[in-house]
Amino acid sequence: MTKKRVLFPSSQRKTGYAERSEGADGVVSSATYSGRTDHPGAPASIKLSRHPSSASSARRGILALFSSVVLLGLSTGLACAQRNSEIHVLHVQGSVYMLVGAAGNIAVQVGKDGVLLVDTGGAQMTDQVLATVKQLAKPITNRPIRYIINTHFHPDHTGGNEKLRAAGATITGGNVAGNISDATEGAALFAHENVMKRMSAPTGSAAPRSSGAWPTDTYFGDKKEIFFNTEAIQLFHPNSAHTDGDSIVFFRRSDVISTGDIFMTTNYPVVDLQAGGSINGVIDALNFILDLTIPAEKQEGGTMVIPGHGRLCDEADVVEYRDMVTIIRDRIQDLIKKGMTLEQVKAAKPTRDYDPMYGSTTGFWTTEMFVEAVYKSLSTKK
Amino acid sequence: MRFQLFVVLLVVLLTVPAFAQVDPSGEWAPRFHEDQPERIPGPEIGDYLGLPINDAARLRADSWDASLLTLPEHQCKPHPADYSPRGPANLRITKEVDKDSQEIVAFHTHISWQAPERTIWMDGREHPPDFAAHTWQGFSTGKWEGDMLTVTTTHLKAGWIRRNGVPRSDRATLTEHWIRHGDYLTLVSIINDPVYLTEPFIRTTNWVLDPRQQIAPYPCDAVVEVERPKGTVPHHLPGTNTFLSEFPKKHGVPEVAARGGAETTYPEYQSKIRPSAK
Repeated sequence: MTKKRVLFPSSQRKTGYAERSEGADGVVSSATYSGRTDHPGAPASIKLSRHPSSASSARRGILALFSSVVLLGLSTGLACAQRNSEIHVLHVQGSVYMLVGAAGNIAVQVGKDGVLLVDTGGAQMTDQVLATVKQLAKPITNRPIRYIINTHFHPDHTGGNEKLRAAGATITGGNVAGNISDATEGAALFAHENVMKRMSAPTGSAAPRSSGAWPTDTYFGDKKEIFFNTEAIQLFHPNSAHTDGDSIVFFRRSDVISTGDIFMTTNYPVVDLQAGGSINGVIDALNFILDLTIPAEKQEGGTMVIPGHGRLCDEADVVEYRDMVTIIRDRIQDLIKKGMTLEQVKAAKPTRDYDPMYGSTTGFWTTEMFVEAVYKSLSTKK
Repeated sequence: MRFQLFVVLLVVLLTVPAFAQVDPSGEWAPRFHEDQPERIPGPEIGDYLGLPINDAARLRADSWDASLLTLPEHQCKPHPADYSPRGPANLRITKEVDKDSQEIVAFHTHISWQAPERTIWMDGREHPPDFAAHTWQGFSTGKWEGDMLTVTTTHLKAGWIRRNGVPRSDRATLTEHWIRHGDYLTLVSIINDPVYLTEPFIRTTNWVLDPRQQIAPYPCDAVVEVERPKGTVPHHLPGTNTFLSEFPKKHGVPEVAARGGAETTYPEYQSKIRPSAK
């Protein structure tokens, strides 16, 4: 990538041209724009020239990261990609970033008090996630990961729990014997109590997940509140949606919502009936998300939404998805009322207009599995 | 004298852009001689004539209920970049020039209905990554091809091909050719949608220069127009939309043609359906 010492006004940055900040002169290390969109949540992609074997390159990478953080105040969003991993970082807005590439999306809130993660991705990407989080946080805070929130228990969103929690530190109280730092080992890990139930097992039984991955703090009821990095953070528990242990996380100051797998742009909603999910719960939760979101203007921007999988969104994208799920639910409900069996409903192809967008005949969640889950969910007597 | 003339000619030649460019900036008033019934009164329910749509698009359009637009979350949607030039589209184009290099950095467009603002980057920047947000106007980059400005747009929100429910997905890309002939401006737009179109969909739109044009503001405030149970999404269940048959009957169009599809967009289709036309 060619670098040129060129100063552009803020609206005139272009690929291959490095800069420090609006109105500043000169070039900052190896941070280079590969695309600034100047539309909500979609601006630049910064590639860091970081090579693990080269200390000087690493320093340049860190400088590049610093420069990118400086630029955060100037742009409405920022993305950076580390060459040593497939984890991509997109600045959403305020203190919140979206990490893409670790199976499920991860939301990261960074501030002077430390780091808060919403979900930890799949286990196979944990080392890359941790390295990325450290790089992201270093210019902003020297404090560790303090909190992790799990939106639900599935391993594509909790696979990194153990390692990432161990890399953090809890703010703790009470009586401490010995070295006080011993009491702060590991970040606090919050989730709805049903996440704990899904990960653990009664004494004498084998737990599905090792205890290091379990929540350290659980909540019951429909909400929990946290205040961290000068930001109010609300956890809302929709009853029986994707699973029975979902949390929707709302960063109020940053105006960003992390939805977990209640909302995805990549496929039909996964209704995990065995884990207490239901199609009507998913729709109720999507409508609840729409109650929280406020678009800035003309149904765009404003509250930004990080889906469990897929691209960054705002209210209009959730509306599109909510409409789709509701229409399909209504169709299947109508077919059930007509007395159709599951096989007859599948044969009627009630999703066929949305299949090119969200459908699949292979993989972990096929269209048939979705139709079957909706059918069974609607057929279950409550 | 000869040397001075040479210098003057040299300066003139050096200040001419490397490629021919015709500035599209200005105030442009729309002309509706093309597709007027679709664009001004609005398309009729079930009119998919001339659209290279697939079965999935057809079912979505059949299921569409105009009542959807009464939901507060649907009321203030602007037309996306590929459709907004088709509506009440008084158009303003301005250019952004770097004060030092005098290079065109971007063109900005503003259209009257719902006031969508769009930027067409001319500075060679790349499009955002796949995981970035999509917007109604998408992300556009332009380049000159002779006098013609060719624009590529990605990152569009899910929208519509025709505003009677025929969908266009958020995976679609838009290619445009802006061509100015004096006081006339022609836009050729080509939509490629791997989800709902089987062929590229091409249409043209025209404007006339109108230096006296003043575009009014277009604020939008969503309100509850119809009280409904929370979460209601108006739509027609498959096979229940009784309005679909009105359009072909009213205009004497064969029902099969009204259903659209790539085949119906070609002239030879007329001879194929002539025996069945009534």
